[in-house]
Amino acid sequence: MRAKYVMSEVFLGLWRNISMTIAMIITMAVSLTMLGSALLLYNQVDVIEEYYQTSLEVVIYLDPEIDEETTAQIESELNQSELVARTEFESKDDAWDRFQDTFKDSPDLVKTVNADQLPAAFRVKMEDIDKAPELIAQFQERDGVYQATNQKQILQQVFDILGGAQKLTLVVALVQGVAALMLIANTIQVAAYSRRREVAIMKLVGAPNWFVQAPFVLEAVFAGIIGALFAFGTLVAAKFLVIDGQFENLFSLMPKIEMSAVLMLLPILAGISAVISAVTAWITLRFNIKV
Amino acid sequence: MIQLEGVTKHYPRSNRPSVEDINVFIDKGEFVFFIGPTGAGKSTIIKLLLREEVPDKGKIAVGDIDVTKLRRWKVPAYRRSIGCVFQDFRLLPNRTAAENVAFALEVIGKPRSVARRVVPEVLELVGLGGKEHRYPHELSGGEQQRVAVARAFVNRPLLLLADEPTGNLDPDTSIEIMRLLDRISRTGTTIVMVTHDSNIVNQMRRRVIEVENGQIVRDQSRGVYG
Repeated sequence: MRAKYVMSEVFLGLWRNISMTIAMIITMAVSLTMLGSALLLYNQVDVIEEYYQTSLEVVIYLDPEIDEETTAQIESELNQSELVARTEFESKDDAWDRFQDTFKDSPDLVKTVNADQLPAAFRVKMEDIDKAPELIAQFQERDGVYQATNQKQILQQVFDILGGAQKLTLVVALVQGVAALMLIANTIQVAAYSRRREVAIMKLVGAPNWFVQAPFVLEAVFAGIIGALFAFGTLVAAKFLVIDGQFENLFSLMPKIEMSAVLMLLPILAGISAVISAVTAWITLRFNIKV
Repeated sequence: MIQLEGVTKHYPRSNRPSVEDINVFIDKGEFVFFIGPTGAGKSTIIKLLLREEVPDKGKIAVGDIDVTKLRRWKVPAYRRSIGCVFQDFRLLPNRTAAENVAFALEVIGKPRSVARRVVPEVLELVGLGGKEHRYPHELSGGEQQRVAVARAFVNRPLLLLADEPTGNLDPDTSIEIMRLLDRISRTGTTIVMVTHDSNIVNQMRRRVIEVENGQIVRDQSRGVYG
């Protein structure tokens, strides 16, 4: 009986103030979409790191004029190092093959390069890729070494970009979040005003405080959860249309954002949104409805 | 039943009437008028009894409850033992007479079966039998106030507070409402009524407490408006 009354009051309240309700849901949805993207990026950095951890290498390019003796010395030094798990020699011919294979879609580029220009190299699998700088320091200045590169450093740039994007989405989420909270507070104030008769009578006849407050708090929670559903829908659409669709090639170098990671966002976003909306509504009520 | 001991309440930041060192004892079942000019502090006393306000000094006891020490979360339970009637009726316009009365039961968690049994009874008692399904705007002022009295009385409170209940009614209707309150008083309910309707006070011949500038200037059993 009482539950029915509360629910009908919730929907009546949302409907009576429909433009504000819609504004509240939209702002909430935008904020949560941004928050969801930030969470996905955060998760994705981990996924990428794990994915490349096993395949990352240190590449030691050799001087073009290197003799076979020095090459053999370097190889044995590498094999003796505790940091190294495995070394693989890539001759000039191998490098040329690989180059041709990598850029087979750009025959013009391949034409401008000839086999001689590509250096031979040792491709080194590390025991721990994080110790790459140590190995590079050891070999960088050695005779016969042209250049030592750490693939992790290249990846670091990708991480930096992802990190930057993450910060941006978090800032937008925060700003939109503040706007959403203000809209909630405003909606609750308007609702409290339009229901002031009921509230006054309820307090007069001794309705418990939770009962007086419930319709308002649930109004905010309901709007919050609808907002979370819209945010979730936006993220799912973004996954299918943008990441798997339009920018498929761009994302082919790194692992895809998994559907399971997107699905996980629904309970997280809905939960965060419901709790924050409820708390905001409740705090607003403390200022607007005196016991 | 009601004990006010040295009750003082000031409103430093507004010009709402304050009260100063009020001492009153009201027995169970008494019918008491608080009279006095506008702004004397009569309604402040009602607010204090309802625990809408807390006194700056002094003690208020209603029944065995020390209202001044009542915790916030216990206030709703306390208010259930008090019925309240106001000058402006305070009915919900979108609910019928019966629904308005039932609302008071609903919001304190009484099952619907109780409302179905009790509401027609109490509407009959206030003389609204047959008008249960009328909306407030379909009722006269006197009838609306009867609905308000029914709502105040439906929980059988020990104390009924009435703040100028006849203030919006013509003299004849006022007398009908007073007869009704008198009937309720005879059931053993303590009634505290704030008024400045001298006719009513003079006709009823009950205890009269006169308030002026926040202080009690007269307390007389079987008094007149004076």
